[in-house]
Amino acid sequence: MFPTPIKKRTRGWQIGYQAMIPVVLIMWLLPLLAVMLFSIKPEADFVAGDYWSLPSSLEGFKNYGKVFFESDMPRYMWNSIRITVPTVIGCMILSSLTGFALGVYKFKANLWIFFMFIAGNFVPFQILMIPVRDLTLDIGLYNTVTGLVLFHVAFQTGFCTLFMRNFIRALPFELIEAARVEGIAEWRIFWYVVLPLMKPALAAMAVLIFTFIWNDYFWAVVLTQGSETQPVTAGITSFNAQYRAAYHLMSAGSIVAALPPVAMFFLMQKHFIAGLTLGAVK
Amino acid sequence: MHSIIKTSFAAIVAAGITATAAHADAHALSGDLVIFSDMSNPAPRAVMESMVERFGAMHPDMNIELTVIDREAYKTQIRNFLTADAPDVANWYAANRMLPYVNAGLFEDVSDIWEGQLSDELASTKGALTIEGKQYGVPYTYYQWGVYYRKDLMEQYGLSEPTTWAEEKANCQTYLDNGIKCYTIGTKFLWTAGGWFDYLNMRTNGYDYHAALTGGTENWDSEATRATFANWRELIDMGAFIDNHQTYSWQEAMPFMVNGEAASYLMGNFSVASFREGGLDDSKLDFYQFPEITAGIAKGEDAPTDTFHIPSGATNKENARAFLKFVVSADNQTLINNGENLGQLPVNSLSSVDDDKFLNEGFAMLSNDAPGGVAQFFDRDAPAEMAAVAMEGFQEFMLFPDNLDDILARLDEAAVDIYAE
Amino acid sequence: MPASKYEQPKRSWYKRNEIAVTPILFLLPGVFFFAVYVIYPVFQSFNISLYKWDGLGEAEFIGLKNYQKLLEDRAFETSLWNNLKWLVLYLLAIPMGLFISLFLNQKVTGIRLYKSLFFFPFVISQIVVGLVFSWFYDPTFGIFTKMLGLIGLEIKGGVLGNPTAVTYGIIAAGLWPQTAYCMILYLTGLNSVDPEQVEAARLDGAKGWKMLWYVIIPQLKPATFIAFVVTIVGALRSFDLISIMTRGGPFGQSRVLSYYMFEKALSEYGFRMGYGAAIAVVLFMIMLVFIAYFLWSMYQEEKGAH
Repeated sequence: MFPTPIKKRTRGWQIGYQAMIPVVLIMWLLPLLAVMLFSIKPEADFVAGDYWSLPSSLEGFKNYGKVFFESDMPRYMWNSIRITVPTVIGCMILSSLTGFALGVYKFKANLWIFFMFIAGNFVPFQILMIPVRDLTLDIGLYNTVTGLVLFHVAFQTGFCTLFMRNFIRALPFELIEAARVEGIAEWRIFWYVVLPLMKPALAAMAVLIFTFIWNDYFWAVVLTQGSETQPVTAGITSFNAQYRAAYHLMSAGSIVAALPPVAMFFLMQKHFIAGLTLGAVK
Repeated sequence: MHSIIKTSFAAIVAAGITATAAHADAHALSGDLVIFSDMSNPAPRAVMESMVERFGAMHPDMNIELTVIDREAYKTQIRNFLTADAPDVANWYAANRMLPYVNAGLFEDVSDIWEGQLSDELASTKGALTIEGKQYGVPYTYYQWGVYYRKDLMEQYGLSEPTTWAEEKANCQTYLDNGIKCYTIGTKFLWTAGGWFDYLNMRTNGYDYHAALTGGTENWDSEATRATFANWRELIDMGAFIDNHQTYSWQEAMPFMVNGEAASYLMGNFSVASFREGGLDDSKLDFYQFPEITAGIAKGEDAPTDTFHIPSGATNKENARAFLKFVVSADNQTLINNGENLGQLPVNSLSSVDDDKFLNEGFAMLSNDAPGGVAQFFDRDAPAEMAAVAMEGFQEFMLFPDNLDDILARLDEAAVDIYAE
Repeated sequence: MPASKYEQPKRSWYKRNEIAVTPILFLLPGVFFFAVYVIYPVFQSFNISLYKWDGLGEAEFIGLKNYQKLLEDRAFETSLWNNLKWLVLYLLAIPMGLFISLFLNQKVTGIRLYKSLFFFPFVISQIVVGLVFSWFYDPTFGIFTKMLGLIGLEIKGGVLGNPTAVTYGIIAAGLWPQTAYCMILYLTGLNSVDPEQVEAARLDGAKGWKMLWYVIIPQLKPATFIAFVVTIVGALRSFDLISIMTRGGPFGQSRVLSYYMFEKALSEYGFRMGYGAAIAVVLFMIMLVFIAYFLWSMYQEEKGAH
């Protein structure tokens, strides 16, 4: 193990290390802690120019109440869910198919198609912006959740295929061969043999895509407008414009907007990290 | 949830609200009405919502959907939604600022609304909404610009409202000597700097020069424009403006004046609501017209008109027309512009200006004391692209006045392309 | 029955070609979507960049004029330089992530929770990160400004109001989540470092930096590769932070190509679609260099695997 395990060090080292972690952590998360502090402070503190002291009164309920009941935030949150969940499902379906095809079969174009997915995945969004906006307009899906979902599914298929294909590659191929010898149809092999084994990978991928899509801002701005369709990342900017300089509300709003992916991360931590690091180790 | 006012709900809430004249002669309409609005600050937002509510009460079967978009974001989104997914009614601004949309065929010709009596009632702004003989929108408000200042501070230092450039600078020097900045300003969104340029330029060179410069017939690198910047520079070199203004929005710059760290603010009258909310009552807040710079030049003023339009791509144009008529009605304009609501000036001549200190002063100033002419505003008189480049230049100038040569050259360069189109 | 007569050979054709046909069927939906929404639009953008087009009316073919205009456009020049700064400085996330992962790679009580808390910034939307950092930098009350004040430093105009500092300030905000990302990649990588090699090196007297450089880092190569890929992609995609923190200001000094392209293409004053597309093409060409490198590396690896 590297660095040398702390257990092998002296007692002083051990205590020093244990004490240092929380300090470093607090410094690391300082900007975030500040927002949390802001979100429970009363407006009066900011008016008085008193930003960093402890709140003069705890106004968390009032501030968050305002976000939930007196603004469009719940609506934006709901839109985010309507965008994110179908995208995740769509990606899982498409990429388990493509991943299976590229991971199991040997054919000439295999590597080329695989590389096409990877290359597309790295493309800067801006080069897609104008044509995708036009396409969405032409098929009448501009400013609809469907239009945004379709694009997200298509684009994320690149990353998801890479993910799935690598995972399937790592499965024991003998399983598939054994099934073929038995004369089982290929689609049944997919459904009954490979898919059950892909569950952990699908879970990991779902959490990742959830986070990516929830946090998307660019495409939300390009393909949607207004509180009917826009997700919370776009909503937070108009929320902030409404409450410009009202730091307590802006903070509360930001925390609400950030919460779902954070919750997702903590609930599915194992899958999340497994997903992110797939490919980082061989 | 603010944005969707369910008509049934609105009907209950608004039942019993005074029947307006429009109510009496309009038959109740049904169907949908989608409104996009940029009235995102708290006071205007409330006004917009109340208008929708009152209009909804008149047409209980109409399903009205109101989307309020951040005023700054709206400016970048408007062309997008006009071309892609047009609402039935949209906010915008008069004069040159609407020209590109009219030229692109994105705004509906609404001359029919203006026919007859209404033309007389709205005569003062008819020109600003007319392009080639046709009208493309209706006004709902306009407001004066000028210097809002801390009356108590001025009294404390024994000063009085300046009427000349020398007095303005002398006052400023007194403030500075006492550790107070003369002007607060937030230039993050650039247009506030446009206000300063407008006034300095109209006072240095006159309204006609303003019109020529924004119209593209005068060069940026000229004696006259340089004179404007030279005057501006005097203030900058004195340290008259608050520090770090490039990081603030106009709202974020307001506390400096509310807290007494800055003495005045060159702004539009819509700011009064925020000043009052910040605790400046009429004993502490006052207003004066931007002083004379070049003696003998007729004073021109900025008085932007805000408007409603029907996009050509709207689907419920009949309902939209009814809404526009409702908006311009004398009663409605009186109501929405009073000191409790927008705190601005009604456009309809049959409306009454609320008995409010700032509204009275502003109305008098624009009616009697703007012989040079009334301009819309820098970014409404100049083509939007030119305005964007120029106001970026103004911000740079306020931070680095030595870059002037470079800025002017750049603006002339940009102007060649922009005005050629 | 005649029906089965027809079915029989048909089924056997499929049976015979099942291995060849199945992947095509499986690939069809994914490839179709990807081609329509990603691959084809790239070529469309190349095409649009040769036109003058407002997104509505007729497009007018003007050849390379948009690119010529780019050469004289100083806003473009500024954006390009800023992109370069992003590319170089964003890579700092890799050593910083490695450093934190080394710090956290211990087995003490609660370390799992610490690790996830350190990872936190990555999960949060860049919009929120941008907002938080703009308060952090605020010239009047920001902690950062106050901390600088303590050591007697002052950045004129505040970090985000200073034309020189602004891009670095935004990059620093971006480094926060990106470092967390790299950290998690390295933490996993460190798990699979071969303990025997480490012990052997230790017996040879290697320790500290030497051990890290000659023994550990080479074993972390896969993690470093992924970290490099995601960091480069992240640097060139920087849009959200700029949009929320400065909108490209003060006076356009924090623009990058991705933001400038958006501004030009969807602006109030008219859609400069062709010009925007030209900017996007430049951005794409920069990315293409890296894409080619990534694919080449992966190709080498694939070849090795077979």
